[in-house]
Amino acid sequence: MFDDFFIRALVAGLGIALVTGPLGCFVIWRRLSFFAGTLAHSSLLGVTLAFSFDINISFSVLLISSAVALILLRLQKTTKLPSDALLGLLAHSSLAIGLVVIGFLSYIRFDIMGLLFGDILAVNKKDLLVIWAGGAIILLVLKLIWKPLFASTVNYELAEAEGMKPEKINAVFTILMAAIIAISIKMVGILLITGMLIIPAAMARNLANNPKQMIIISIIGGLLAVVLGLYSSLEFNTASGPSIITAALVLFILSMFNIRKFKQLKK
Amino acid sequence: MSLNNNILVKLENTGVMLDNKWLVKGVSLEVKKGKIVTLIGPNGSGKSTTAKIALGIYKNIEGKVEKFTDKIGYVPQKISIDWTLPIRVSDFMSLTEVLTNDEINNALKLTGVEHLKNNDLRNLSGGEFQRVLIARAISKKPDLLVLDEPVQGVDFKGELALYELIKEISEKLGCGILLISHDLHVVMSATDHVLCLNGHVCCSGTPQAVVKDSKYKELFGDRASTILSVYEHDHDHTHSPDGTIETKK
Repeated sequence: MFDDFFIRALVAGLGIALVTGPLGCFVIWRRLSFFAGTLAHSSLLGVTLAFSFDINISFSVLLISSAVALILLRLQKTTKLPSDALLGLLAHSSLAIGLVVIGFLSYIRFDIMGLLFGDILAVNKKDLLVIWAGGAIILLVLKLIWKPLFASTVNYELAEAEGMKPEKINAVFTILMAAIIAISIKMVGILLITGMLIIPAAMARNLANNPKQMIIISIIGGLLAVVLGLYSSLEFNTASGPSIITAALVLFILSMFNIRKFKQLKK
Repeated sequence: MSLNNNILVKLENTGVMLDNKWLVKGVSLEVKKGKIVTLIGPNGSGKSTTAKIALGIYKNIEGKVEKFTDKIGYVPQKISIDWTLPIRVSDFMSLTEVLTNDEINNALKLTGVEHLKNNDLRNLSGGEFQRVLIARAISKKPDLLVLDEPVQGVDFKGELALYELIKEISEKLGCGILLISHDLHVVMSATDHVLCLNGHVCCSGTPQAVVKDSKYKELFGDRASTILSVYEHDHDHTHSPDGTIETKK
């Protein structure tokens, strides 16, 4: 059944949505949208390095994203610049370096558009394995660190005081973020992975009244966005990655209507 | 535990420096099982900082901190919940500990906020939130309770009841308490050991000893030292309307 490119795209997208759902909730709760964007931007450098040294793309992206995340943590401690300035600095400089390195790789045919926006229709069976195996590991780790991670999201000092080791947990979470970007970069692309993390979770925030519910709604929203986006890209012959994000946006807008109606009913 | 005389946490000559300024310096204290240690002092005197040193929140400190337990309940002075987090009181209760439904209900009942269990945490009033914070800290049956102004914003009647509750809990669980409070009446009547801070330890000892200290008078004014006399006054009798003394029972 995985011989059809469209089925492969669907299975890949659903696998990614399962993981971006819960991670996206934490991105919103911890106000990490820009952080996710920075990691995604820096992944272009990871991709070019993968081509230069002929190593696995996901692996090299994971490596570079983790490195950028660690540099960020270090800079936050040693400089007096605010976090958003540091994020901008890292995002754009690593993107720029990535593009410069591409210039040196003129002997390789390079599809920059594919990197920036992803090409979910070109997913092969090996990619599927990376997504589902990698995704399963990310979800498993997330489940293991759920309690301390959630506690330190609610209040860092409380978590520290009561033995939840937030510093270690934050480092693990950062690596999970780098990992989801690494396994999904090929499908949704550098510019759109952040959308996949944030939009379904934002939609879920409109509808949920407790953390677990928000995660479940976020996953469902992501899955729906993938299905709707892919089928409409087939129907209207549009780019698949952007179509998925657009579908997610439509769901978000619908969730806004829902609240307004709900509030009117309450009155 | 028996080896160190039931000490739960011990600070030896500790201090924290931030941006070349000492937040607090040279603090030594120990909290033992079943004892209440209270920190008093004016604003900015380093009370919360000292509590955070004891909790291990500050990493780069002078001196030595030894913790002999991991079962700690903390009521911070300030806590803000981000509106992006949809979180109910019941979710907050089991934040750092796995609790059964009954345990959550019981703890909330003790602090008088059982009816708020399914409310959104952000919609609570200041006093209600404070009651939830206390309920959360005691629900995990800690060995050590660190309470940083635990009854701020609570109504007058509730304030006394909560202090009573805290004392009761410490006796029942046999836990040690590190308390920060501006309420000198309560501090002096219910505490085993008082530390008076002002960037450093001004004076310390039993409440009876501290109120007599000249440094305490300097810091809190003369009226503060009369506090204890009110409480040492034992009400074993009542006064009838004409002023004659009637012995109780």
